[in-house]
Amino acid sequence: MRFTLNGNPADVAAHPMARLLDVLREECGLTGTKEGCGEGECGACTVLVDGEAVCSCLIPLAHVEGAEVTTIEGLGAAHPLQRAFMDEVGAQCGICTPGMIMAAVTLGTRPSLATIRTRLAGNLCRCTGYEAIYRAIRRP
Amino acid sequence: MADRRGAGPGERYAVGGAVGRSVPRKDGIGKASGSARYADDLVFPGMLYGRTIRTTIPCGRIRSIALEFDPAGFTVVGHRDIRGRNVVALLVDDQPCLVETDVRHGAEPVLLLAHEDREKLLAARVAVVYEPGTPVFDPEHSPRSFKDLVIEKGTLAAGFASADFVVEGTYRTGHQEHVYIEPNGVVAVPEDGGIAVYGSIQCPFYVQQALATLLGPAVSRIRVIQTETGGGFGGKEEYPSMLAGHAVLLALKAGRPVKMIYDRAEDMLATTKRHPAIVRHRTGVTRDGRLVAMAVDVVIDGGAYATLSPVVLARGAIHAAGPYRCPNVRITGRAMFTNTPPNGAFRGFGVPQTAFAVEVHMERIAEALGMDSVRLRERNALRPGDTTVTGQRMGQDCSARQVLRAALRKSGYHRKRKAYAGTDRGIGLALYYHGCGFTGSGEVRLASRASVELTATGVRILSSSTEFGQGTRTMHAQIVADALAMPYDQVEVALPDTSLVPDSGPTVASRTCMIVGGILERAATELRERLGGLPPAEYFRRHGPLKVTRQYQQPEWIRWDETSFRGDAYATYGWGCDVAEVRLDRDTGEVHPLRLTAVTDVGKAIHPALARGQIEGGTAQGVGYALLEHVVMREGLMANAQLANYQIPTTLDTPRIDVILLENPYPGGPSGAKGLGELPMNGPAPALVNAIRHLGLDLRSIPALPEAVLEAMCVSR
Amino acid sequence: MRTAVSTLRLLEPRNLAEALRMLRDEPEAVPLAGATDLYVALNAGGPGPRQFVNLWRLAPLRRITMPGDALSIGALATYTALIRSRLVQRRIPMLARAAQEVGGMQIQNRGTLGGNIANASPAGDTLPVLAVAEAMVVLRSAGDERRVPFGSFYTGYRRSARRPDELITAVEIPPIEGIQWFRKVGTRAAQSVSKVVMAAVRAPRPRVAVGSVAPTVLRLYHTEAALAAGRSIEEATQALESEIHPIDDPRSTATYRRMVATNLLRRFWSDTARG
Repeated sequence: MRFTLNGNPADVAAHPMARLLDVLREECGLTGTKEGCGEGECGACTVLVDGEAVCSCLIPLAHVEGAEVTTIEGLGAAHPLQRAFMDEVGAQCGICTPGMIMAAVTLGTRPSLATIRTRLAGNLCRCTGYEAIYRAIRRP
Repeated sequence: MADRRGAGPGERYAVGGAVGRSVPRKDGIGKASGSARYADDLVFPGMLYGRTIRTTIPCGRIRSIALEFDPAGFTVVGHRDIRGRNVVALLVDDQPCLVETDVRHGAEPVLLLAHEDREKLLAARVAVVYEPGTPVFDPEHSPRSFKDLVIEKGTLAAGFASADFVVEGTYRTGHQEHVYIEPNGVVAVPEDGGIAVYGSIQCPFYVQQALATLLGPAVSRIRVIQTETGGGFGGKEEYPSMLAGHAVLLALKAGRPVKMIYDRAEDMLATTKRHPAIVRHRTGVTRDGRLVAMAVDVVIDGGAYATLSPVVLARGAIHAAGPYRCPNVRITGRAMFTNTPPNGAFRGFGVPQTAFAVEVHMERIAEALGMDSVRLRERNALRPGDTTVTGQRMGQDCSARQVLRAALRKSGYHRKRKAYAGTDRGIGLALYYHGCGFTGSGEVRLASRASVELTATGVRILSSSTEFGQGTRTMHAQIVADALAMPYDQVEVALPDTSLVPDSGPTVASRTCMIVGGILERAATELRERLGGLPPAEYFRRHGPLKVTRQYQQPEWIRWDETSFRGDAYATYGWGCDVAEVRLDRDTGEVHPLRLTAVTDVGKAIHPALARGQIEGGTAQGVGYALLEHVVMREGLMANAQLANYQIPTTLDTPRIDVILLENPYPGGPSGAKGLGELPMNGPAPALVNAIRHLGLDLRSIPALPEAVLEAMCVSR
Repeated sequence: MRTAVSTLRLLEPRNLAEALRMLRDEPEAVPLAGATDLYVALNAGGPGPRQFVNLWRLAPLRRITMPGDALSIGALATYTALIRSRLVQRRIPMLARAAQEVGGMQIQNRGTLGGNIANASPAGDTLPVLAVAEAMVVLRSAGDERRVPFGSFYTGYRRSARRPDELITAVEIPPIEGIQWFRKVGTRAAQSVSKVVMAAVRAPRPRVAVGSVAPTVLRLYHTEAALAAGRSIEEATQALESEIHPIDDPRSTATYRRMVATNLLRRFWSDTARG
């Protein structure tokens, strides 16, 4: 299966119905994307496919053929959101953080609090109560 | 005082200036970059995957087990493979690691399978034939208790005789599931004639001790290493001992690493939950609002095995009369057996249950008296010099009235209480406290130890305290840096690996800062004396390694009688007052939490941003407990074991949370710090239900689901 | 948990005609669109389908157009596309509302209208909307195209008029006269399954449909008749109570659903009253 992964061409031998989450974590060795539920409820497995946030635990590999897939690793380690999440304590245990950041990346610049709350309703966090996540995303 | 922010990242701190600032965290960037390694991220050569075959009836006996799959490539483990004792060692060693014949709940582990191929592993069929028994599901009609207790103060009868009013009430709380976003998981790896376990674990030494019991003297080298852990909340306090035992048994039999990561459904179904509770109050009060007699009965549902139920009961009971003074109190409690998966530790550990009951009951007492419930609380709140139900005398570190006053002020409570009357909005409050550290003599028994040693670049902290989001690494490093008068970024924190660090006790019970941080502060202080003025790295260069280990020392003033529950139950308490504002949708019974003000006294906020994060997170978890989280039990098992059906708060369910941190120091804590991890769990449920009361609806159990609210609306019409 | 995928087979048609031929020639194969329900259903265990026809790349099925009077929404239109479409917002804003409440952003980006219809859940959030819109379901097979009025589309619990060799290709929405109203009552504020979901249109001929109170989405014809005849709202709620058949399930109770459905009817009526 050919697709673009974090800006680079990828060619992965895996079953077309394998979950994208498993392919990323195992065949591609990128363990930054996490499994929290396997139901598409928690958002910890969020990646971007053609710029849209999706739950990779629900995507069959065949659905990303020819697409651009971006994972948390694609942001490197110096994206301003990453720094903000650590400094503002938007990440406590960190397990929801990669998915949260990938979802947040789609919010554009200076999103309103209402927009953040609505668009991140599919990303569950059990540690923070979300307040620090808002602070991290809205940090100038 | 509001929380304070430290300087930004990358700044050097003046020596002696880490505590009290929101310094850059020791976790680095890994959590935000995806490079932090959690249990399921680990891969070992030759690794197998493990699976648990579980019982399917709640009660009875196993007659036969038949393997209905091609055994090629499989490792199969049953109870006969256990060389040591077939128990998951904890308080009372009553829970088997693998079922022998007796079945006591519907998710007990019977057989373990391992295979390289996960599809083959999951496809394997095992046929178990049972002789079903008659299960017990109602804790109030159970024939057996794990623990009974009585706590008495004064003379109850005399108290009731002097009362002008007597108010009674029964309050109920349900199960709560932790929903750490990372499920339970471990990897067991044979090594050097022994075994290593990497896992999502709060208490590595609990696991080490449980494995030693399970494996017996044949396996002498057992090493437990905590991986980056995606949330704990108590759900990874005792359960990992069971899971690690399973993975280790498979790994030793196969001679290969075995990874066992629960999926969400198995985790919710089979692992521990918060104990449901039924709390009955009977209270005598004078017409001017003084509490003169309190009788409280606490029943908790322990599930099929004891686990930590005796201690949950003890802590819940000790707090059951609330943060109030009353001369005559009798608290009875029992932890009951039922044929359900055992319940266990969950943030708050009995207090969210009893705090809910007493704070809603106080509201009803006020109504019976025709008195403002704030005045009732002010009149009876504990003050320095007052004694608690166990006879403990409050010191200057008692902050009940301060948190109440601050919460009233910050939230505009009185004004809104009037303004909201007769509208679709309600406002309510709850006053609460939480004992820090293990109950009674628990800390003495733990005899925790922690070390500070020199390195070529500074110092290293060695403790078994685990980081799982609450900021352990960071906060310990701040304390040690200041005690050594050295830069914070020259302090590193060792990985909790039981072969490298001393046993600092479990990371639970709001003790990690106050108790373990206190031990580290003493170790660092002694180390500083030994350095004779040299910077640590310089001393290391000249004289070589140096390590100081210190052990817990109980404050000399503490007196505690374990059998009668009398004396100083805890070294100190955290204090809190929550004010909740809600809007009721009368069409649907949905209660929308609009704002939650949480005022907490934490003694000293070592890292203000982390402390604030703990209060915000615990408050949100309390909102879920109060309004959303409902474990549906059918035939003794959770019927809604999916995140689609067990709902925790999303962004849109979580109100704005305003946190105020007060600092009324506990002299025995590092820089005056008390514990705070569990405190925020106790306030939201009663505050929210009291806000619902303000709307005229009498609810006495949680979760306050829309179904119950709508029914209460019908009753009140 | 890694789903056992090696036993699954995915057929990859290059165009709609090929997809239809595959469905005709492989009776065991089922269509696969956004896949938001696929792994959840597979993990739940049980027999279930093992062969799938991948529709995801069939771009013509995504189109939202207004060729004539009717708004045509391709079956592969995602909830996000519905929310963003100006045509949808103008003709049938209650559908955009429903799409916003289906789940979080991630589900909205993948879940499709055709999938919601084909899934045939009694709790499907778009279904009451399509019911009161009196939409037309366009079905195509290798040899045929037909239109089934939405009101006749469901034949029983999770059963529809769609034959195994047919694909839902589009939904056609006629002009809607009147004020549109939609309300979903879920188990929490976002990302939840509905306990009661209602769509309604206030017009001389009022229309009301409810989900999660019967084995299929229900058009409340007696309730509508009462409202159209000018009867009181109380009489209309009595008609509603006689038409619905809610049950107890792990999410809610029959009593609650009954009360809330009644309250929602009243709310619809008062929200849409003029003057």
